[in-house]
Amino acid sequence: MPKRTDIKKIMIIGSGPIVIGQACEFDYSGSQATKALKEEGYEVVLVNSNPATIMTDPELADRTYIEPIEPDTVARILERERPDALLPTLGGQTALNTAVALAESGVLTRLGVELVGASLDVIKKAESRELFCQAMDNIGLKIPRSGICRTMDDVRKWGGMIPFPIIVRPAFTMGGTGGGVAYNMEDLETIAGRGLAASMKSEVMLEESILGWKEFELEVMRDKNNNCVIICSIENLDPMGVHTGDSITVAPAQTLTDDEYQRMRDAAIAIMGEIGVETGGSNVQFAINPKNGEMVVIEMNPRVSRSSALASKATGFPIAKIAAKLAVGYTLDEIPNDITRETMASFEPTIDYCVVKIPRFTFEKFPGSEDYLTTSMKSVGEAMSIGRTFKEALQKGLRSLETGWPGLGRLSGAKAPDREALLARMRRPHSTRILDIRHAILSGISLEDIFEATWVDPWFLRQIKEIVDMETALRAFPREHVAAADAACREMLMAAKTFGFSDPQLAAAWNLTPLAVRALRQKFGIKPTYYLVDTCAAEFEAYTPYYYSTYETGQELAVSDRRRVVILGGGPNRIGQGIEFDYCCCHASYALREMGVESIMVNSNPETVSTDYDTSDRLYFEPLTFEDVMSIIEFEKPEGVIVQFGGQTPLNLAVPLLKAGVNILGTTPDSIDRAEDRERFQALLQKLGLRQPPNGTVLSVEQAARIADDIGYPVVVRPSYVLGGRAMEIVYDEADLVNYFAKAVVVSGEHPILIDKFLVHATEVDVDALSDGTDTYVAGIMEHIEEAGIHSGDSACVLPPHALAPEIVAEIERQTVALARELQVVGLMNIQFAVKDGEIFILEVNPRASRTAPFVSKATGVPLAKLATKVIMGRPLKELDPWSMRKTGHVSVKESVFPFNRFPGVDVLLGPEMRSTGEVMGVDASFGLAFMKSQLAAGQVLPSSGKVFISINDDNKGPLLPAARLFHEAGFEILATKGTAAYFNAKGIPAREVRKVSEHRPHVVDHIKNGEIDMVVNIMEGKRTVQDSMAIRQTALLYNVPYVTTAAGAMAAVQAIRELAGQGLGVKSIQEYYGAV
Amino acid sequence: MKAILALEDGALFPGESFTGQGTAGGEVIFNTGMTGYQEVLTDPSYHGQMVCMTYPHIGNYGVNPDDVESAKIHVAGFIVKECCKTPSNWRASASLPEYLTRQGVMGIEGIDTRALTRHLRLHGAMRGYISTDVSDPEALVAAARALPSMEGQGLADRVTCDGPYRFDGEKPVPVTLADGVYAWPGPGPRVVVYDMGIKWNILRLLLGQGFDVLAVPSTYTAEQVKRLSPDAVFLSNGPGDPAALTGLVAATAILADEYPTAGICLGHQLLGLALGGSTFKLKFGHHGLNHPVKDLETGRIEISSQNHGFCVDIESLKDVRPTHLNLNDRTLEGFAHNTKPIIAIQHHPEAAPGPHDCRFFFRRFRDMVREHTGK
Repeated sequence: MPKRTDIKKIMIIGSGPIVIGQACEFDYSGSQATKALKEEGYEVVLVNSNPATIMTDPELADRTYIEPIEPDTVARILERERPDALLPTLGGQTALNTAVALAESGVLTRLGVELVGASLDVIKKAESRELFCQAMDNIGLKIPRSGICRTMDDVRKWGGMIPFPIIVRPAFTMGGTGGGVAYNMEDLETIAGRGLAASMKSEVMLEESILGWKEFELEVMRDKNNNCVIICSIENLDPMGVHTGDSITVAPAQTLTDDEYQRMRDAAIAIMGEIGVETGGSNVQFAINPKNGEMVVIEMNPRVSRSSALASKATGFPIAKIAAKLAVGYTLDEIPNDITRETMASFEPTIDYCVVKIPRFTFEKFPGSEDYLTTSMKSVGEAMSIGRTFKEALQKGLRSLETGWPGLGRLSGAKAPDREALLARMRRPHSTRILDIRHAILSGISLEDIFEATWVDPWFLRQIKEIVDMETALRAFPREHVAAADAACREMLMAAKTFGFSDPQLAAAWNLTPLAVRALRQKFGIKPTYYLVDTCAAEFEAYTPYYYSTYETGQELAVSDRRRVVILGGGPNRIGQGIEFDYCCCHASYALREMGVESIMVNSNPETVSTDYDTSDRLYFEPLTFEDVMSIIEFEKPEGVIVQFGGQTPLNLAVPLLKAGVNILGTTPDSIDRAEDRERFQALLQKLGLRQPPNGTVLSVEQAARIADDIGYPVVVRPSYVLGGRAMEIVYDEADLVNYFAKAVVVSGEHPILIDKFLVHATEVDVDALSDGTDTYVAGIMEHIEEAGIHSGDSACVLPPHALAPEIVAEIERQTVALARELQVVGLMNIQFAVKDGEIFILEVNPRASRTAPFVSKATGVPLAKLATKVIMGRPLKELDPWSMRKTGHVSVKESVFPFNRFPGVDVLLGPEMRSTGEVMGVDASFGLAFMKSQLAAGQVLPSSGKVFISINDDNKGPLLPAARLFHEAGFEILATKGTAAYFNAKGIPAREVRKVSEHRPHVVDHIKNGEIDMVVNIMEGKRTVQDSMAIRQTALLYNVPYVTTAAGAMAAVQAIRELAGQGLGVKSIQEYYGAV
Repeated sequence: MKAILALEDGALFPGESFTGQGTAGGEVIFNTGMTGYQEVLTDPSYHGQMVCMTYPHIGNYGVNPDDVESAKIHVAGFIVKECCKTPSNWRASASLPEYLTRQGVMGIEGIDTRALTRHLRLHGAMRGYISTDVSDPEALVAAARALPSMEGQGLADRVTCDGPYRFDGEKPVPVTLADGVYAWPGPGPRVVVYDMGIKWNILRLLLGQGFDVLAVPSTYTAEQVKRLSPDAVFLSNGPGDPAALTGLVAATAILADEYPTAGICLGHQLLGLALGGSTFKLKFGHHGLNHPVKDLETGRIEISSQNHGFCVDIESLKDVRPTHLNLNDRTLEGFAHNTKPIIAIQHHPEAAPGPHDCRFFFRRFRDMVREHTGK
């Protein structure tokens, strides 16, 4: 049956900003689906608020709306575009929830829009625990004992009926937000209370604990003729109790017999039928009791998920693309398999390697949060690795994380805690438990005891033990063999390599440098070979250029005879380095292709578009370490390597690669060093006559105190060479400074501490520019909403600047051009300026693609990364002429999105340490409207009227006055605590007093909880008197009351509210903004 | 202990024996299933073959008394990347090395199974020889060449049963016939099953359809079968080249003319030959659990378990219609006679190992028998 011809125009909803639980994987799936539908001749309308996505590139869909993904806005787009169908299964939970809201409110029926991929019934059956339980009962499948609660009374009732520990799962949330494990009634009330608040439907399920059971997942595809195939089975190393997103997971399943696996497969297919998933991909999670094989169903998602992206990358099967084609009526046997070309999509991939996915955590960014893994997801990214064996894949995966582990185990062996402490620690799942297991094995704890503590399946424990045993053997290996580089040494080295040991690990074992190990390998001719990911275990010839390294004997890959260039990707998402860089890497690849140069992508992040097998001419799914990258370069012998698009990861490799004789394309590593090295940078600025805030570099607290006295408090302190403002703080006096050194910092000669004068009430400006060394195109000048002091990745910004004086803008442009020329930038560069009292200071220069490059590209219609790549490849900027491409006439606001709801107890105040996971963009004709859209897209629904509670410290009373006046003029009632209320009243702004938390009840927090406050303005900039106001911010967060924590943010918000008054937000596609239509 | 796998074309694959000292020889084929090695080991269709598993970790869940498809291991040798010595599964009763060693079957690990698989894909299945005596690889190549070729070998007689038996759900129970006549004990339709190396799950599923089942050796003549007065005849799977089984082809022709008849795998090929068709050897065969087969009668796609080196030529058949088609290489996967109650299927609806998508075949057989015999 061919595709449907009764539909012509289809809307796809994306997943919005990157948040914990919804990351790049939905850009991957959305882009694939958009391409697939276009290929079939459908007109595609796309909605996504995230500018850093490939899917929102103007040439991808026919109409691209960078607008908030929420029902009202999407309804307006539907009204305008009148598509025939809406495909809601490729944009994660966000798209699914939006589609549900639109269907339930009758909008879809009214506009005659058909839900394809999953109907409302299907979504509800799969998502509502009550309906799901019933459905499983219908087909005779077991699920854990459970009860649905909508009130705290329900919670207490079920809590008395289900034995503890009880798992709390809120309905309709992503990544299990608000879920957890309760061990007693008190736990239960706390967790379930939070879950009820987090759930869109105020619904949580209490569930019998099956903690410690083995967890599995199957990725299923079904077509309209009820043909079902399983794409991939996944087994979690971490047993039940840890969210799948936070678990180390392995594909395929390792410990199931065929009989058990087939029962699971039958169950998955039966579930697809019972839930009624008509077409597309779903995932089903199962748990198995390790004692007797009892199987229960945990949940199913009737949509493409993070696991689908993983399964796609693990097998080579393009799930999202096929799901899109199934949604428009194709059947599995009608869709060719790109990989083999001769077979069809109706088969089940089989693999001849092992895949390991390891989550990446950032607990260090959230002081006050506990490194404790539960059923609520906390990881911000993940790395995937492929090896011929689990051991090889695990070690590759661990080094792919870029957390300083060269494999299983740190280089410098920190002393292991004693037996009891170790066992106790292992009982609580946490981000480094895999290393604890290594410690435990090293210290002689039996695998049985480790199993009792962790419930990690003995198969995995034995595999880990084999790695540890190899490590021990390596340490015990007689060094004379190493010195002699004899046959025994060769054999040992080869054995270690097949176990995934890296050069740095071997170096640590043998007291050599990694380069010496490398030399030894070269002498022996030990190097990896590259095998194909082909979906079929070599049964058919494969055409997809998707490879992984392994230490095996076969040779199946030949280097092409074309010009070729390697692009290094960004590795796992983390705070400060995410989808923005992947976007740039993809564009680099597209540009190379346009130029007829073979693009060779190296990356380890399974969520991304860059690791899609058809993004580049060749894809190496490999860790981004010197050793792994060098091996590829030695094999491919490219004419050069591009390091400037993947963020800090490839940049850190630039110098070692250069030293190894690799040609780094674009801005030279020396220029990069000139910008990063403090002293060289100062000299550079002096030469150009540019200013930076007074600063110094120190190695001790005494020195720091002296310098801080010299330049004057407040100062910004931070360790050198850090990413995302790690451990960066603003310090207001010496006591704070001493405290900083005491708590945060390990100072060493290699890692001094940098101290800068903090510019109070300065405006921060981000500039992205593109240069070929001769000419420079100033691509975007972004004025930050928040004042300097908030990490640039966390503040909102507007392009073009809305309040900067034209002469300041001109001067910033002049300085940008001068810096680009002096640094001989070839490619992209980013500069952060601060403007204070009309004076311009340079805070930072990064001669590489920045986090804002995609935003600027979308805001101005100039594809920066693509042009940069062409410049890097030698095309003059003048010839490319970006100046002529620039689109104007609209205002774009970027807003950041934070994961605070994942880290209960962590203060939401912004600071110099970056903590946002993603961003959204609002576009409109004016600043106010664009800002309003950005807030809406970030999940803040600013009220148009009502009560605003304002709480500020003394430093900020003056700066906030204009905003307060505007709130009053806009008709808001202002509530404030005693001192603030008095201050406003004295200034002629009526304010009503409410009690502080420390005073009698009802106090302000009670008012927030009672829904009596519509917006919270809580500003503690300056020296923090801290905790007293935290309860206010926490409550606002929990109860989803819009809040701002900076004076500038408050001003922007109230301006937006005023501008919006009396008119609704409009919608417009970027193609229209660009004047293309 | 070091060991080498030598192929007849001179290719050598060094590895380690995980079953101690020994030698083994046979046709080397690869199987792409990621699970089900115990069922593979005990499938008599692999007689004379050394199986290379493409999934690198084999032995993870050990072996158990339940997942067996015959009374013993039938593969001639077992080739893996990494063999797990200490299994993890609640049903495991022994490890894979123990299991093979106990039955004297050679296992070799440390093989670059992907390189071996690619070699076989490019050059075809070929004879191979494994030995822990690694001193003279050329001698191993010669030993491989000295093995008989699979083409032209009738092997059913080697793996068949000694005499007629019934199946009690777990194991065969020999029966004694009085003058070649069987006292059928059950009420169900009577089916005589030619055991040419049958997988026990076929018997389990026939019983599940309510058949009264009697299995007979492959040496049984058509007359002997008739004397048993069956309602239907079933031809099992089995090893070797079907074209070499001329006696069985002749018997099949007679029986299929008289009784509702069904065949699986080798049985499918015998029916093809008996109806005047021809068979040919596939380059490297189909051995795996993921082959898509289209049921041409329903339009449904079934993911099938496959294990065959020979195939019925789709063009050579007359008076029959293809019922199943392999979507990978468009080879014949099943047919039905246009006028007579004959159905056959090339792949393995009994699975074990593999997906259960094709089990409907047994139901179809049951319906066909009912239609033609009223039972």
